[in-house]
Formats: sequence, C-alpha cells, structure tokens
Amino acid sequence: MSEISSIQRVEFQDRVRTALNDVHLQRAMAKAKSGFVDKRLEAKNALPEFDQIRDAARDIKDHVLSNLDTYLELYEEKVIENGGHVHWARDAEEACSIIAEICKASGARTVTKGKSMVSEEMYLNPALEAVGMEVVETDLGEYIVQLAGETPSHIIAPAVHKTREQITDLFHEHHSPLGYTDRVTQREALVNEARSVLRERFVSADVGITGANFLVAETGANVIVTNEGNGDLTSSLPKVHIVTAGIEKVIPSLEDLSVLLRVLARSATGQEFSAYTSIYSGPRRPEDGEGPEAYHVVLLDNGRSSMLGSDYQSMLRCIRCGACLNHCPVYGAIGGHAYGWIYPGPMGSVLTPLLNGFDSAVDLPNACTLNGRCKEVCPVHIPLSDLLLKHRTEQHDRKLTSVTSRWILTAWAWLVRRPRFYQAVMAIPLWTMNRVSRGAGGLRWIPFGRGWTNTRDFPVPARKSFLRQWHSQEKGRE
Amino acid sequence: MGIQGAILIPMKTHQSNSPITVGLFVTCLADLMRPQVAFAAVSLLEHAQCEVRVPRGQSCCGQPALNSGDRANSIEIAKQVITEFSDVDYVVVPSGSCADTLKNKYPTLFSKDMRWARRAQKLADKTWELTKFLFEKIELKDIDATFDGVYTYHDSCTGLRELSIYEQPRELLKQVKGLRLKELKDSNVCCGFGGLFSLKYPDISTHLVSDKCAEICNSDADLVLGGDLGCLLNIAGRLRRDNKKARVFHIAEMLAGMTDGPAIGDPEESE
Repeated sequence: MSEISSIQRVEFQDRVRTALNDVHLQRAMAKAKSGFVDKRLEAKNALPEFDQIRDAARDIKDHVLSNLDTYLELYEEKVIENGGHVHWARDAEEACSIIAEICKASGARTVTKGKSMVSEEMYLNPALEAVGMEVVETDLGEYIVQLAGETPSHIIAPAVHKTREQITDLFHEHHSPLGYTDRVTQREALVNEARSVLRERFVSADVGITGANFLVAETGANVIVTNEGNGDLTSSLPKVHIVTAGIEKVIPSLEDLSVLLRVLARSATGQEFSAYTSIYSGPRRPEDGEGPEAYHVVLLDNGRSSMLGSDYQSMLRCIRCGACLNHCPVYGAIGGHAYGWIYPGPMGSVLTPLLNGFDSAVDLPNACTLNGRCKEVCPVHIPLSDLLLKHRTEQHDRKLTSVTSRWILTAWAWLVRRPRFYQAVMAIPLWTMNRVSRGAGGLRWIPFGRGWTNTRDFPVPARKSFLRQWHSQEKGRE
Repeated sequence: MGIQGAILIPMKTHQSNSPITVGLFVTCLADLMRPQVAFAAVSLLEHAQCEVRVPRGQSCCGQPALNSGDRANSIEIAKQVITEFSDVDYVVVPSGSCADTLKNKYPTLFSKDMRWARRAQKLADKTWELTKFLFEKIELKDIDATFDGVYTYHDSCTGLRELSIYEQPRELLKQVKGLRLKELKDSNVCCGFGGLFSLKYPDISTHLVSDKCAEICNSDADLVLGGDLGCLLNIAGRLRRDNKKARVFHIAEMLAGMTDGPAIGDPEESE
C-alpha cells in the first residue's frame, strides 16, 4: 500500500511542479482568481439575507438526502408521466453503454453536448467516439478544452487555465480548415467565431446531451443554468435529448429550486442569476412548436449511494458552484489538472477518494493547508476542510500513509508526552543551530528541512527554550 | 464577528481579592523558536492582574498528529494537556491554531469516553486565544507601548475562521502609540504554512508565501504582525531569503513593548 501511495505522491508532486512552472497557467489563474472572489463578495453583500438562504439551501439538501429514495422514485414517476425515460446507471461504464445504445438506436452520428461534469466523470466522450459518434462540446470553455485535447480544469469554468493567446492559437489551428482563415485575437471576435462554428453543429446534431443542475421531483423537470444559451440549443434542437445527472441532484419542488438558485449563481460567478435558467420537462408534446422527440434521463450512482449515511454524506449536498475552488489558495496556485481527476479543488479532494477509492488519491486530502476558506464560502455549508481531515484519519487508519511518516509521528508523540525528556532532547538542535548560525538570523539549510530551506530561511531558534528559562528563573526565585 | 465566547463561558465567581489564575499554554513554536512571545504573553497577563502559571508538563498541543489523521497519538497528547491545565481558571494560548486545537478539536476526540469528553469540554470552555482573551475577557485598556511604523496584520486562517479573531488584535494594536495600520487586500488568505504541509508540499507552500510576501512588499507596511508563530516564521523566512526589509513580530511582542531586539529571522545586532 505504501508503495502505491509513494508512486502517486511522485505523480502528484510532478503535476504540481509542471503546473507551477507553466507560464500560461500561472498567468490565467492569477487573472481569474480575484475576479471570482471579489464578485462573490459583492453579490453576497448585496443580499443581506444571503446567510439565511444558505442555511435554507443546506436544509433542503439534507432533507433530500434523508429521503433520497422517495424523491428519486417520485421524480422517475413524473418523468415517465411527461413522456420521458429514466435509466439507472450503477457506474460510469453502465451509464456510457446506456447512452451509446440510445444514440445508436436513434441512428445518430453527431452528438452535441452542453457542459456536464457528470459526463466527464463517466468518460462519456471517448465511449461515444468508440461507437462512431462525433461529439461536439458546445459550452465555450468546454469546447476550448476539447479542441486542446484536455479535460476541464474547473467545474464551472472549464478553460480557466488557458490564456487568450493559447485560445487564439487553438482556434486558428482548428477553424482554418473550416474557412475561418483570419487569425482573430480579440475576446469578442473569438467568441463570435466559436459561435459561428458551433451554430452549424447545433443545427446538424442528432442527439443533445446536457447535465442538470437540479432535478425537480414534483414536476419531473431538469434545470440547467448557463451563461451562453448553449444548453438550450443542445436540449431543444436535436431529435433526442439525454440528461445526465448524479442521483443527488434531485430536489423536492420548484419552491426549493428558487432557494437554491439564489445561492448558486452568487456563489459561482457573483451573478444574481446566470444569464439562462432553463427548465425542461420532457419530450415535445403535440401542441409544442419545438423540442426533442425523445427525452432520456440517465441517473448515475457511481459510488454516491455508499456516501449516504457515512461521515461524508454532507458532500452530497454539493451544488457544483465552484466557490471552494475559487477561494482555495492551493487550487489558485496549481490549477485543476494537477489534482489528477475531473473534480479539482477542495470538493474534488473530498470526492475523488470517495468515488475512485481511498488509495486512488492519497495526496489530495493532504495537499491542503486546512485554512478553511472553502468551508467558509460553501453555499450549502459542506464542512470541506473537516472532511479533508476525516480523509487523513481514514488514510492513517487504513495505513495508506508511508511507514516512515507513521514511525516519525509515533516517535515524536512519544517524546512530546515526556516533557522533561523532550526538553533535554530539544536542547540539542537548539544549541547546534545557534552554534552554526553564528549570530545570523536564519539558516539556509537544516537537516530534513530542505523543502523549507530551498526557498526560505529557517529562523534561528532560541538558545534556551522558554520553559527551561522560565523554570530556572522560578527556581532562582525560590 | 461575534463575542459568543464571552457569553458562553461561565464566569468563575471569585473572592474579591484573589486574582484569576491563567495557565499559559506556551505552544511548542514559542517555546523553542521564540521564547520572547511567551514572555510577552506573561507580561501582558500579569499587567492585567492575572496570576500566570506555566505548567511544566506541557510541550505541544498535538496538531502534527491531529492534522496527519493520527487520532490515537492525538488522544494521548490531549489527555496530557487536559490534566496539566486542570486547576487554572483560564488557559491562554498565544496562537489561534493551537487554541483551536484545545478548544474545538480535543472535545471531538473522546466520542467513546464520556469521562474524558467531559474533561476535554471543561478545558475547551476555559481556553482562550491571547488577543481574544485580552480584548474580550480582560478588556485590556492601558497598554503602554510605542512603535513608530506602519504595520500590516496577517490573519492566520484557523484563528480567523474557527475563533473569529479579526478585530481583537487590530483594536488592541490601536493602543500602541505611533503604530499605523495598512491592510492588505488578501490579509485573510493563507500564507502557505499549514504546519507539516510546508514540508510535504514545499512547492505549493513556497508559491503561496511568495504571493503573500509580494503583497506585503507592494504595500507601504514596514512591519508584519500576526498571532501565530508558524505563519510568521514562514513569512519571515521568505522575506529574509529575498532580502526584503519588512520586519516580522508576534502581536504579543508588540503589545508588551518587546520590539527592541531582532525581529523574527533577523540577525542578532552586533555591538
């Protein structure tokens, strides 16, 4: 086990180093960081009851999680009543094969996709391409990462790690063969070019696949929020609309939706509301002018049901706003890809080991300073940093941490519990470091501390510890 | 920012003449790295008419074990701290994160042991971070310190978010004559210390502390103050490596007027 974790550690640390040395990534992240934070704060301050709404949002999600079976069955019933189909997928593989079957059965060749993190979780794009489908991402950010052959690095801003120069190059490379030979560099021109390319794809698509921000049990509707309107074109233009969602996305009613929507956009982008909030309730009815002929919902479990009733249940409250990513200093430094899977930042560090196995991502819960900013901004009060600490306890109990680190901890704890001996032992490094430093304020190298001293001085410790000074003074007084 | 602590903590009734006894939890970093912080804390507490005791059987609050998920060792260390500080009225800690460990983490360790759970809760109820204690509990008003300079305050994460320490240090520092505050925009963003994190993930840690130091250097502040030695050692270590001029002190040193000697990480002054 420790062998596995040490291999992963190297991989993680390598990804971190790559990210920290990536000039484009660093420039893009520096630009994005304060924008999200400032805008959220502004939106929060403009709504005095924001914190009460957060409490209500948490309570709604908790209520659902305590009655998840009931609401899922109610939801299914309503979808069927509306003329749609519900498919239950135990894991990613099952979900992909269900979706591939639907596509094949409808004779599809081209599939458009609105942004769906759950489809990333199931590795849907390669699965569909393997059965001959052409898959086109239609969210601008997601489209950019698709062109780059990457995955999203942020759950609501998939291409946040890319600079405009990189996007210019990508568009020029991929759009020139389509007749867009001018190299456009300005923001608006880039958006217009993508819009124009994508417009043709929307019209020619056979199947549209979207995610869902919420599934409303009382009406059987799925709700998506976007800022580009691509979700609407993906949902309503093709003959077949497939919705992919985790089972935890269900909420009781439209009333509850109004509460959750009030915290979602504010927490995510600092908007009061996203530009588009769309509610879809099934296939086209005879009296409808437009809409898909067939409507399918694929509900994914993939480990979620085993989180119910566990210490990690609160993680299922997550409404995927991305606030914890935006406020995480570590995420801001290394970006999303370094985390190694599709869910980055604090929510990803909690979720990845739960969905992929505790030994799959030993570093993630540890690569956190426990600063608690994620917990502070979470709109549904998920105690993210506490859950990361819980993961560490779980790792320790399952012996997923290295033998050396466990041995050092035990030896140190043994020493700490023998204060007099501890003082005697600690006197040695204090004396040595003072001797070596010769009056300098900091040391440029200390044993086992290269991680620190490579980039920082190690301030020279006291000649004599406080406790030794204090108690010898006390003796003097007596 | 609330002052719920002041409402929730039951006041011990004192006979008029007996001073309140305060057990100083020194913290391992102040003990080994910067004893002056503990001497400053003692001086402030005695100035406030507290009888200060420094139990001999203390060393570390156990955060390295706790934050590494090692509950068994954390429990043993917690029991020792609980025992050592059982006979004082208050426990005062010159660190937000160590205070949080005693106050909020120890009580979670004994879910299966009611007797120790009660004792842990008793310790938790009487534990205070230093600036919170001085400002909210003692309402210290007559600080006699002078320092001509512009400081910026680094809000250490755990103190800020778990103990709501924000205005207390700033209010106390208003009493230091000549001292002016320059807020950083990101004063509440982590400096990248995170205890063992700084050694396990040095690249990320360096990135964060570099951002922090860049912001400090771009401000007019010539002084960095804070309430947690871990963060201050990290910030000072980075500033010194880059030969930046801003000096770093723990808030206790500033309030107690102990700023004549070298700042954290500075060389001893030669004759």
